[in-house]
Amino acid sequence: MFAYIVRRVLQMIPTLFGVMLLVFVLFNVFGGDPSLVLAGKHLTAESLANIRAQLGLDKSQFAQFMIFVKQVLTLDFGTSWSTQQPVSDIIGSRIGPSLLLTGSMLVVDLLIAIPLAATVAYFRRGLTDRIVTICCTIAMSVSALVYIIAGQYWLAYKWGLFPVSGWGNSAFHNLWYYVPLPMLMGLMVSLGPDIRFYRSFFVEELSNDYVRTARAKGLSERVVMLKHVLRNALIPVVTTVMMSLPYLLIGALVLETFFSIPGMGNAVVLAVNNSDFPIIKAITVYIALATMVFNLLADLIYKLIDPRVQLK
Amino acid sequence: MTSTVQAAPAMNSTPEVHRGFWALGWRRLKRDKIAMVSLMVVGAFLAIAIAGWFNIIGDGWRKEVAVPYAPPSWLAQSADETLPPAEEEAGARSDAPIVTMTEAEDPIGKELAIARQNMGKYASVETPLRESLPFGGDLRGRDVIVKTIKGTSTSVFVGIFGALFTLLLGTVLGAISGYFGGKVDDFLNWFYSVFTSVPDMLLLLSFAAVAGRGIKTIIIVMALTSWTGTYRLVRAEYLKLKNREFVQAASAIGASDTRRIFVHILPNISHLLLVQFSLLTVALIKYEAILSFLGFGVGVTQVSLGSMLAEAPAELVQGVWWQMVAVTIAMSLLVTAFSLLVDGLRDAFDPKANK
Repeated sequence: MFAYIVRRVLQMIPTLFGVMLLVFVLFNVFGGDPSLVLAGKHLTAESLANIRAQLGLDKSQFAQFMIFVKQVLTLDFGTSWSTQQPVSDIIGSRIGPSLLLTGSMLVVDLLIAIPLAATVAYFRRGLTDRIVTICCTIAMSVSALVYIIAGQYWLAYKWGLFPVSGWGNSAFHNLWYYVPLPMLMGLMVSLGPDIRFYRSFFVEELSNDYVRTARAKGLSERVVMLKHVLRNALIPVVTTVMMSLPYLLIGALVLETFFSIPGMGNAVVLAVNNSDFPIIKAITVYIALATMVFNLLADLIYKLIDPRVQLK
Repeated sequence: MTSTVQAAPAMNSTPEVHRGFWALGWRRLKRDKIAMVSLMVVGAFLAIAIAGWFNIIGDGWRKEVAVPYAPPSWLAQSADETLPPAEEEAGARSDAPIVTMTEAEDPIGKELAIARQNMGKYASVETPLRESLPFGGDLRGRDVIVKTIKGTSTSVFVGIFGALFTLLLGTVLGAISGYFGGKVDDFLNWFYSVFTSVPDMLLLLSFAAVAGRGIKTIIIVMALTSWTGTYRLVRAEYLKLKNREFVQAASAIGASDTRRIFVHILPNISHLLLVQFSLLTVALIKYEAILSFLGFGVGVTQVSLGSMLAEAPAELVQGVWWQMVAVTIAMSLLVTAFSLLVDGLRDAFDPKANK
């Protein structure tokens, strides 16, 4: 087990190196000269040279890459080009709102999707199954953007059930005042595919021999479903959820932009708009790191909850 | 569709001797009513899209033919009936010109006087703006139907060509990786793990930040970021197929590696690529909408379904909902038909995958 973890961690190094190379090539080689943007209106040869020296742009490509490697290793990405704030401060303040929104969304999504998926799988090919499948297909056909636009207009602006947009200071206030509407819109988009996806896990488990055995020895349907099928079907659910956790970090990008929630997704869009490369670089590296770590965790938890799995 | 049926060579030995793999699949597909209906809908969308690319239809979407926010003609006859009454501003109602200085004080007074005398000489042809349109107009009085057709055409263009380039990149890399194995495989696998460790949307936005805007850029960016799924699929298939007898036979008669990869093995996975292509097209149409909505998609002189949706929030506040509804109908129909077609194709060409 320990040897496995060490090997996996060692395997992350070349991948992280690759991500760094990708980000570097993208922004430093193809990204153009940022000093022209930074110099702004007071463009003199002297100030240009100054900025280039500050950013290390006067050095060779290799030396610049080494600066970036050092930034990643110390997790210090310098300051934002547009606001001059330290990048770590910006990310630190942005991570909370994102996790609050996407985290609560994930919990509610699972609480609705899993019982519903289990139910429709149990009554598969019945009327309930068909109705839920049709509802999911219809819900999936409408663009996420339409939900957000229409939801904000009718639920918030017209009927005043929710605030139109915004964000406060206290996490609790945000959770019951500002989060519900974006969460509802997010759920409209995510529930359809999730129910159908989880349903397939339950259907697969229900056709296994052990279900027939459990029924044959006279167990009640409740015990068969809750004790045998649910626990087995949850194994793939847990791993897919684990794999999706890093995505919580960039938050629901469109939701955050549209409802002006100061989260990571909003920061990414803002940074792309302002060509604020240090922020995009930092977020990309952090998310890549998180993805690798959570993939490893997902495998370990898979092993933990399902002893049949062999780690190799 | 039908043209590819005869073109592809027969796959594995089927019980019916004279029927190729594609002909069999096509027969299975024809029996699936839902798939056939969605195929027709997708075909209609493709026809509209291709006509749009060659500017046969939807070319005049820029023409401002009606008054701003002209309502659908089946709803109201003029914009005044649907728009909220404008609040009267003090002074704005008076019809008299605002005089701030006399003609003698005005430095260009003489020229203005001459201009006023000549005003009648130059006739300007002004077509009367229509008060209502079949499905309403937008802020600048452009016909929503024509705009939706052009927007759909752009979105489908981006989706299809994005999917084509994605498929090309993923297939070539996957084939090389799976067929040769060894060091090449290791290197491409490393490449793959690098791209998959960054979420698609973040990668798309990072590329968009560097590459700028425009239809061509989006297509390239999409191909560079979405090839990973196809790569994995193709690589696994090549790993499986490269040791089969028919490939060994091909190498025995002296077929080169390139020939074995593209002539002998590739046709055997072409049905998977067709399904993958349809899946990618749907996904990229959705991505394009989100990118354009965020302002990183098509340029300002072009129109797509996403850029039309971006106008919707400001319109809704004024009670103008028809543009959003038109886009929603077009997009939902397109996405649903494509998804159902994917299901049908999968059932027809990959019978083993059925559960």
